[in-house]
Amino acid sequence: MRVLIPLPIVLPLAGAGLSIALGRWRWVQRAIGLVVLTATSIISIVLLVQVDQNGGAAVQVGAWEAPAGITLVADRLATIMLAIASVMLLAVLVYAIGQGGSERTRVAFHPVYLVLAAGVSASFLTGDLFNLFVAFEMMLTASYVLITLGGRREQIRTGMTYVVISLVASALFLTALALLYAATGTVNLADLSVKMADLPSEVRVAFAVLLLLVFGIKAALFPLFFWLPDSYPTAPSPVTAVFAGLLTKVGIYAIIRTQLLLVPEVDRPAGLILLIAALTMAVGVLGAIAQDDIKRILSFHIVSQIGYMVMGLGLFTVAGIAGAVFYIIHHIVVKTTLFLVSGLVEHSAGTCGLARIGGIARRFPLVGWLFLLPALSLAGIPPFSGFIAKVGLVQAGIEGRAWAVVAVSIVVSVLTLFSMTKIWGGAFWGDPHVEVEADDPAVARWGGTVPMLGATIALVAISLAIAVFAGPLYELAERAAADLLDPAGYVEVVLR
Amino acid sequence: MSVVLAAAAAALFGYGTWLLLQRRLTRTIIGIGLLGHGANVLLLLAARRRGRAVFDGAPGPFADPLPQALALTAIVITFGVTAFLLSLAWRSFELTGDDLAEDDVEDRRIARLHGVVDEEIADEELLAAEQADETRVSIDEVET
Repeated sequence: MRVLIPLPIVLPLAGAGLSIALGRWRWVQRAIGLVVLTATSIISIVLLVQVDQNGGAAVQVGAWEAPAGITLVADRLATIMLAIASVMLLAVLVYAIGQGGSERTRVAFHPVYLVLAAGVSASFLTGDLFNLFVAFEMMLTASYVLITLGGRREQIRTGMTYVVISLVASALFLTALALLYAATGTVNLADLSVKMADLPSEVRVAFAVLLLLVFGIKAALFPLFFWLPDSYPTAPSPVTAVFAGLLTKVGIYAIIRTQLLLVPEVDRPAGLILLIAALTMAVGVLGAIAQDDIKRILSFHIVSQIGYMVMGLGLFTVAGIAGAVFYIIHHIVVKTTLFLVSGLVEHSAGTCGLARIGGIARRFPLVGWLFLLPALSLAGIPPFSGFIAKVGLVQAGIEGRAWAVVAVSIVVSVLTLFSMTKIWGGAFWGDPHVEVEADDPAVARWGGTVPMLGATIALVAISLAIAVFAGPLYELAERAAADLLDPAGYVEVVLR
Repeated sequence: MSVVLAAAAAALFGYGTWLLLQRRLTRTIIGIGLLGHGANVLLLLAARRRGRAVFDGAPGPFADPLPQALALTAIVITFGVTAFLLSLAWRSFELTGDDLAEDDVEDRRIARLHGVVDEEIADEELLAAEQADETRVSIDEVET
């Protein structure tokens, strides 16, 4: 099994290289992308099953012993995130191939997409904080290219904002790394976990808050999230779907990993995290209500839902973190699906502004259903996965006696439902007054080409499956949470 | 070593942040460069002791090679991204004809939609473009 661990990083990088070399033939690039991402998905699911049965595993890259070398660690949380991320990347690639646009006209799309996949995998699997920095940069640089692919004026403007903010976050990450190395003499996560215990308590608290700040910019926490609703809607739809589903979750993963592994229980900034969670939830959904464009509303929702995940983390109990992990799984799938549906709307109707479209559910019933199911799930309506996830978090919050945050989360959930009905009423309900100019017969009949619709249907099926199999999945999340709250187990796997 | 380098890193961070908040894109990019340099100086500071380079057979105390390796990696990454950022700034200059960071048109439009009037719009052309609803494009022009 340990030989499988580096593959989710190596295969996409090798595929990216091949994809550039053979860039003249688009069908070759597509084949490479699909084969590589399918292989990565299968490998990551196999890894997940193995790790769940046998416990975590670690690989020392280049056979350099930890803590001197770089370690790749596959524990439950890492393999859960890796499995979901790989499947999402594959589905969105199929969608992008179906849509054409930048994917068809630019040579760079497929190689850069595979580099993004490699960066995401590396972020999840790495056990070394500086390697996490490198993996973040790999992922971010690929995202800079993808978000500006097309070169339109608004893309350049928002691309600049996105790149500058991300560079500031990277400089802060480097500063945190420098200070951590100066204090402890290592950057290996397991070794840091051991050595942090020797530092004075104030220094540990300072590191906890600094790391929260660094990853909070990437994860779009309050008050660091304003770049997200600005830059995400202007990218091509499949690109936005991947970003919405994955990039912020990598930030959340880093927050979970560093707060639970590096900071001992007494120094964890629980109150601060819960306060940030409540503010993120509230400001995100209030921003969503004010918007009038499907993609912008959904972008503000990303921010709001991030607040839920951080709330689960801030409780620092098994129930809270299990709720956060399950919420992450549910949200990755549902958010990606919603952005793909908004891409379907934009592809057939030409725009996403609520004032200009209407009646899509009557014109394209399939697209209407593909929006309705994930939207109800996001708003937390039973029996969908969102309901289960939110109930789990509310229960954990009540057990943890965090009454204010629980109240805020329930109110925000109602407001999320309100903004979803705003999209539904504005874009999908009523008489159709959308002009569809499309030469593809599938688009005229169903609202999208076959790969686009197929990928979206597959993702909706996955989100329904999450709801149906919520029992075993929640138990998996609880096992992952128990692992996370026990850093000694992680240290044992790496340094043994 | 320490105090002077620490002061240098602090100065670089300070200047870099101030430049980052400027309106001209070239100054923003220089500011980002300075921020990166400040972080790299801090990485070198993290080594905490002077010494010779680590060569086989050389005598005496060695300098810690790991922060130097970290700094090199960070410099290379920052170099690549700064090159990309410069190309973005050039494209922005090609599209708009000047070097200024652009305004958030969408944010203003939403504010106006909700009756929050913005007094600061000096660019008449921008205002006219917003009012003509220039953001509507047909499916052929949109490269999505």
